[in-house]
Amino acid sequence: MATVTLSNVGKTYAGGVDAVRGVDVEIKDGEFVVLVGPSGCGKSTMLRMVAGLEDVTRGEVRIGDRVVNTLDPADRDIAMVFQNYALYPHMSVRDNMAYGLKNRRTPKDEITRRVDEAARMLELAPYLDRKPRALSGGQRQRVAMGRAIVRQPSAFLFDEPLSNLDAKLRVSMRGEIRRLQKRLATTSLYVTHDQLEAMTLADRLIVLRDGAVEQVGAPLEVYRRPASAFVAAFIGSPAMTLLDARVSDGQALVGDHVVAPAAVPAGEVTLGLRPEDLRITRDGPLPMRVDYIEELGAQRIVHGFVDGQKIAVTETGAESLPADLRLSVDPGALHLFDVKTGRRLPQTVTRPEAVPA
Amino acid sequence: MQQVKPLDHLVLILGALFMALPVIVALMSSTHAAIEIHSNGLYLTPGGDGVETYNKVLTARGGFTGDVTGLLMLGNSMIMGIGFAVGKIVLSMTAAYALVYFRFRFATLIFWAIFTTLLLPLEVRIMPSYQVMSTLGLLNSYTGLIVPLLASATGTFFFRQFFKSVPDELLEAARIDGAGPWKFFVDVLVPLSRTMMAAIFIIMFIYGWNQYLWPLIMTTDESFYTLMRGIKSILQVWVGSQIPDYNEAFALAVLAMIPPIIVVVVFQRMFIKGLTESDK
Repeated sequence: MATVTLSNVGKTYAGGVDAVRGVDVEIKDGEFVVLVGPSGCGKSTMLRMVAGLEDVTRGEVRIGDRVVNTLDPADRDIAMVFQNYALYPHMSVRDNMAYGLKNRRTPKDEITRRVDEAARMLELAPYLDRKPRALSGGQRQRVAMGRAIVRQPSAFLFDEPLSNLDAKLRVSMRGEIRRLQKRLATTSLYVTHDQLEAMTLADRLIVLRDGAVEQVGAPLEVYRRPASAFVAAFIGSPAMTLLDARVSDGQALVGDHVVAPAAVPAGEVTLGLRPEDLRITRDGPLPMRVDYIEELGAQRIVHGFVDGQKIAVTETGAESLPADLRLSVDPGALHLFDVKTGRRLPQTVTRPEAVPA
Repeated sequence: MQQVKPLDHLVLILGALFMALPVIVALMSSTHAAIEIHSNGLYLTPGGDGVETYNKVLTARGGFTGDVTGLLMLGNSMIMGIGFAVGKIVLSMTAAYALVYFRFRFATLIFWAIFTTLLLPLEVRIMPSYQVMSTLGLLNSYTGLIVPLLASATGTFFFRQFFKSVPDELLEAARIDGAGPWKFFVDVLVPLSRTMMAAIFIIMFIYGWNQYLWPLIMTTDESFYTLMRGIKSILQVWVGSQIPDYNEAFALAVLAMIPPIIVVVVFQRMFIKGLTESDK
């Protein structure tokens, strides 16, 4: 158990590519933090720097109260779960889990005890003498987790551990990882590009973009108040609609249509609308032309255009829809972003005159 | 299921005969007397002198010193074959390990330098090699026979390609598990390379087994005679009206085939597994 602290950490690869730029993160003891971002955003590089598999170019990585920048991976007291499991193919499940302990000269009976306990926890007991190739993908991933658990490290590092599994298994493994982490209360850093995985697993999310932190926060906080248009579009499914809009006289307008009051200075803005915040009403202010509909069973996603720009709406109705709809939206559901920087514009949801010009 | 066509079988049978006939001829001829072979040519049917010939070949003392037997030559060939195979595997594996897993300058250059030596056969460097061994006083010794030929570009190349195909995560997992370079090599790479080692063993054993020129130059002491030299020396007796002991040469050739066959049969299952198994 320990905190993991990254202060001003940066990574520059040979050739001058900045993979990670000045990241400051503090992971509290026992916290489950998910690093999320599109591919190439530097999330795996960050994880590998914590693991000691990549050199740290700048800044400081601390695990507990030790600076580990130059420590060997083995001496950092961490355990890692890899995307492709990275099990030793020639060793049985038991030996796979025990290998790290053997190298640390853990007493034999202690190894047996820990492996058996981990196997029980992960329901791997019947497979202990099998080779990894005789296991299914989900079982292999559990062995990989078992290998991490038996070490009783101060931090778990997960590098997209579920992306090799099929969709159904992914959901159940997700639950398993969450339960296990709660039970062991081990500090965890988890990398994924899947926003759903990030939302469901994390105590706190770190959204990365181009090697820099875009937003840190609890999943719901990130979802409700995305700090930038990038985060807004990345977190949430179906994705938030981003419209070119403008604000004048305290009203947000798309084309000539007034959407709702907006408490920001007048000018061009990017307007974000979550599909579930939009309602189809007879006399809503926004006219929408329906393009196509995706039926999901519990709900459906209506895709279409408002003022020539793409928009999506979720609703639960079952009746067929006319080609032209009208949408309405709560003033509180508006997300306004700066057109140039993409940053969120601070909004006071009171009256327009409260905003300085 | 594809239907079996007669033509396919014909091709297979012809192919099998093509490969097997010379061996059969050698085996059958070795059971006839030398004089019969000399006057009647080769035989496809067994003769009556088999036991006697083989017994003579294996145990009769020959050579100038009069104490070279077939068994001694067989033993020498065995030492050459196994020494070559084991030595080459150990050397090329460690070389490939260094090339793939350690970042040092000019590694690629070194690899290509090694690779280029594939183009140079032993004959090109046989004089300098002899000179070196002679200066070191290693003529007429097993060390001198085996060591100079141990560096193997082929083996290094095979192992390098194999190590490159091992996923990096395995190395990373081992590093996190606290395995140093040596432990990773012994605990992970060596067991993973078993099939590769079997393949190289077959190739290199036969290479060592079939060596002719190098032992011929390196050794003058008859107690280092190998089978290949034995066969040759039987046929080199065109003195006066003497007829070479064809039957003995054939018998030795047949004997010389047996150990490589054993090696192939033993290692072939692993060999095929090594070529087909994708789950690393």
